[in-house]
Formats: sequence, C-alpha cells, structure tokens
Amino acid sequence: MATASRHKPPLLLLFAGGGVALLVLVALFAPVIAPYDPLAQSIIARLKGPSAAHWLGTDQFGRDLLSRILHGLRASLAISAAAVAIALAIGGTIGLAAAYYRGWTERILMRLMDILFAFPVMLLAIGIIAMLGPGSGPTAFAIATVYTPIFARLLRGPALVITESDYVSGAKAIGASDFRILFRHVLPNLASVVLVQTSLLLSAAILVEASLSFLGLGTQPPAPSLGTMLSEGRNFLMLSPWSAIFSGFAILLLAFALNLLGDVLRDMLDPRLRGEK
Amino acid sequence: MRFLRQRFVDLLVVMFGVSILTFLMIRLIPGDAVAIMLGANTEVTPERIAELRARLGLDQPMLVQYLQWMRDVLAGNLGLSIWTKRPVIEEIAAHMWPTIQLTLLSLALGAGLAVPLGVAMARLRGKGWDAALQVGSVVGLTIPSFWLGIMMILALTAFAPGLQVLGYVPFSEDPAGNLVRLVLPAIALALPILANLARLVRSAMLDALQQDYIRTARAKGVPEGSILFKHALRNALIPFVTSAGIMTGYLLGGAIVVEQVFAIPGLGRLILGAIAERNYPLVQATILVITFTFVLVNFVVDLLYAAIDPRVRL
Repeated sequence: MATASRHKPPLLLLFAGGGVALLVLVALFAPVIAPYDPLAQSIIARLKGPSAAHWLGTDQFGRDLLSRILHGLRASLAISAAAVAIALAIGGTIGLAAAYYRGWTERILMRLMDILFAFPVMLLAIGIIAMLGPGSGPTAFAIATVYTPIFARLLRGPALVITESDYVSGAKAIGASDFRILFRHVLPNLASVVLVQTSLLLSAAILVEASLSFLGLGTQPPAPSLGTMLSEGRNFLMLSPWSAIFSGFAILLLAFALNLLGDVLRDMLDPRLRGEK
Repeated sequence: MRFLRQRFVDLLVVMFGVSILTFLMIRLIPGDAVAIMLGANTEVTPERIAELRARLGLDQPMLVQYLQWMRDVLAGNLGLSIWTKRPVIEEIAAHMWPTIQLTLLSLALGAGLAVPLGVAMARLRGKGWDAALQVGSVVGLTIPSFWLGIMMILALTAFAPGLQVLGYVPFSEDPAGNLVRLVLPAIALALPILANLARLVRSAMLDALQQDYIRTARAKGVPEGSILFKHALRNALIPFVTSAGIMTGYLLGGAIVVEQVFAIPGLGRLILGAIAERNYPLVQATILVITFTFVLVNFVVDLLYAAIDPRVRL
C-alpha cells in the first residue's frame, strides 16, 4: 500500500471517497436536511431563481428545488444501489459457479450471459420496462437485469485463477463443501475486483436510472426524481432554467464521484497496474 | 479458420438467444397482454380481445408461435403495427436514417478526436497532470448526454437565438440544415466515447513509449512525429477498435435519449411512442432490429481485430 500511494497520491482517493461519503450521507438524511416538503406546492412562488428562501429556486408548481434534489438523490441512489446489489448477487454467483464447476455448467451459464449482454444496455432496460410498466421497481429490476451478465463476466476470470490455486485444492482435499469453498475461500479474494466494479457500475446505473426517468419510464411524478425534474425543467427552459441546470448537475455529481472512486481504487488495487507509470 | 468458425457459431447462438428473448417479450407481460394493448386506445371487449389474439397468433401453442414468428422475421416480415396495421418494418425503415446518421456521426467525432487528443495527453506527464487528466476524463465519461444537450440548447438560445437546432431534415433535402441540426446531439452523444478512447490512447502511448522498439527507433534517428504516430500509436489500435465496437451499443441506446432532447424523429422516438400506445409488436421489432445490428457490428469488430492482430490466428 505504501508503494502504491507513492505512485498515486491519496489526495484523489480522499477527494472521491469524501465526495461519495458526503453524497450518501446527504441522500440518507435528505428528509432531515431538506428545508421544505419536496411535494409542497406554492402558487405564488413558481419558477423562481435562487433566493434566500429557496437556495436553488422553485419549479413550475412552486416546489423547493433544493428539497426535491435532495430527495431525488436519495431515490436515484436507492434504486441504483438496489439494482447493482441484485446484479452483483446473481451475476456474481453465476460467475463464481461457472469458474468453479467449468465444463457444461460454465458453457451454458456464460452463453446465457452472452445473450443478455448482446442487447444494448438502454434498449434492454427500455424493453423490460415496456413489459412491466413504468415505475421505480421495474427500473431497478431492469437495471439489475442488464448488469447481471456484466458482473458474471467480470468475476468469472479472476475466480478462475483462484479456483486453480493450491489452497482451494487443499480445501477440496479436506472435504470442504462447494458452498464453503466458493463463499469462504474464493469470494473474499475477489473483494478488490468487486469493490472497484461495484463503484463503477453504480455510477453507470445512476446514469441509466436518470435516463429512464428522463424518458418518463422510471420514477413517476410527483415523486421527486432527478431525471423527471430534468425532463420537466426542459419545458420551462426559457422561463426558468434552474430546475434543468441543478437537477442535471446533481446527476453528474453523483455519477462522477462514484466513477472517480472506482477509477482511483482500480489504480491502487489492480496488481497489474501497481508500480507502473 | 478455426477462430472464424468459432466466432460464427457464437454469433448464431447469440442471435438465436436474442430472438427467443425478444419473442418472449409480449408473452411474458404480466396479465393479459392483449387486453393491456387494447386498453391504450379503445374499449376492451371480449370480441376485440379474441380478434387481436388471433391476429397476433397468440392462440397457438408457444413453439408454433415461435417458429411462425421466426419464419416471418427471416422473410423480413416483422409483424403489423396494432393501430395503423402497417407493416412495422416500414415504420422502422422510415425512422432509422436519423438514428443511423446520428450514431455514425458521434462515433466518427468521438473516435476521430480521441486520437489527436490522446496523443496530446500522452505528452502531459507527471503526478499533477495524471490526476487532472483522470478527473477530466471521468467528467467526460459521466456527464449525462441529455443534460449536456439541454445545456447546449440553453447556451445557444442565449448567444444565437435565431439558429434552428431542433428537429431533423434529410441530408438530401438540405445538407447544411441537416448537419447544423445533428452537430449538437452528436457532440452530446460523443463526449463519453471521446473521454474513454482518448484515455485509452494515452495509456497505450505511454506504455509503448517505454518499450524497446521505440528506443531503437529513436536511436536510429526516426523523427519524433513518426515515432508517436506510426510506432507508438499502433500499440493503441487493437484496444481502440475493440472499445469502439462496444461503444456502438452505448451509442444506439444513448441515441434514444438524445433524440428525445433534440426532437429527432429516429428509432428512439419510434420505440417510445410505441411504448406509450402499447404497440408491442413495434417495440419488439425495433428491439430486435437494433440488437441484431449491434451483434453484427461486434462480429465485424472481432474479425477486424483478427485482421489487425497477427497473434489471433485465422
């Protein structure tokens, strides 16, 4: 670690990690921090710019933008995190099983993953929501489905290396169960890959979730959602651009911090990159 | 030859799987898909349900349905639109050019600018530059294309209020108007690709510049420009081509969103309109056509890869 940090200043890690921690805290405590009810309308304070009463201004119904953005961050993060957690659990298990059992199990599982992977991400997500109907639940399910093959493919490779190692043969020799070997011996060694990829895919999931909401397929109004706010704000762009500006910036901030964190962690943890540059 | 045959078998398996999943789409809709479809536009009566079910062939056994559907798809018949009763293939053909043009333009823009940008970035080395370039490329990667599009529209209305940038006119009718309208959406869509590829070029260049063959080239007096562009850049070619192929999937999906921002009547608008009026045969056909295109593009990229890299034996 000492050598790694000499090559990559920990400053960026602090910057990215601190940013992610701050955004997660803000999302968690949104109901406490938000100065107003995100659904409370006010006819006299519509489409206002930033002011002392409304730091980021108000939308077309006079709802406080800061409060809506804080709740929107919470919704985006919750949906994306749920989706990525499901994708990691299912895709990760498939990747591990494929690497451990090899043979036909591997061939069939990975072929199934190839087929899901063949669809462009947004298109498959849109197709799934077209079937299930719009909403936060279908959005989370759709994102989980598109990221499942990605986790399976990402984890299979490193898992292959570990299952061939001596200590896994040793565990097998003393009669440890498959379940125990996979989850006690193989999985912990994949922690760094999982950490890096979860962070990167969470960032991508935030963008997909925002896109789907922007298209009207995700979280449904009046619930606060960053993508929906951006799409509504677009209709009032010439009157008051604040809603569009701030909601999009919030999406960028969240996706950026998570992606940078994954990126910095990858540089630090990836043994192939260590010592280069 | 073995590589080619293997890739071709993979291609067929994936296309078969994609066709099954897409086929199942209508059949897996929770509840009565036919009633849901009808509910979007008319009063639902048992006669109408029976009529549409028969028209879509949903009253047949599943296997018969799939075989009939596949036979039709292979013959270029993707079904009829529920409301207009026009062949959906005609609807797709009428909407595909804006999307194809936007996708290709974005790819050209992103890939074309990534090379000079990446080479320039490779010259900026050291701790401070590494960090600044990392942060910059992550911003490029994560900036939401639809937000960037909206912000560009906002900026343009402030600085050049007269310019018409929304909508679409065919190139054959008005070449200048066509390009003016496509340039902003193409920039919005291309930025993540540019960030990704430029970074890839930079790291491949830095990697190559440490290699012995570059030192040899320097020692025999090859000019610096030639070292950078002819010797080092070649090192970046293979990951570059592979990434660009994968990016087509992002582009085809991202185009759906960006088309919505710029009011471009492409496949994105078609599929969203079809979802809104629950015209499932049209949704299904659009997904099938776009995904097959993406799968074929990646197949071609794999062949290119084999052609470029002598280590992959044909």
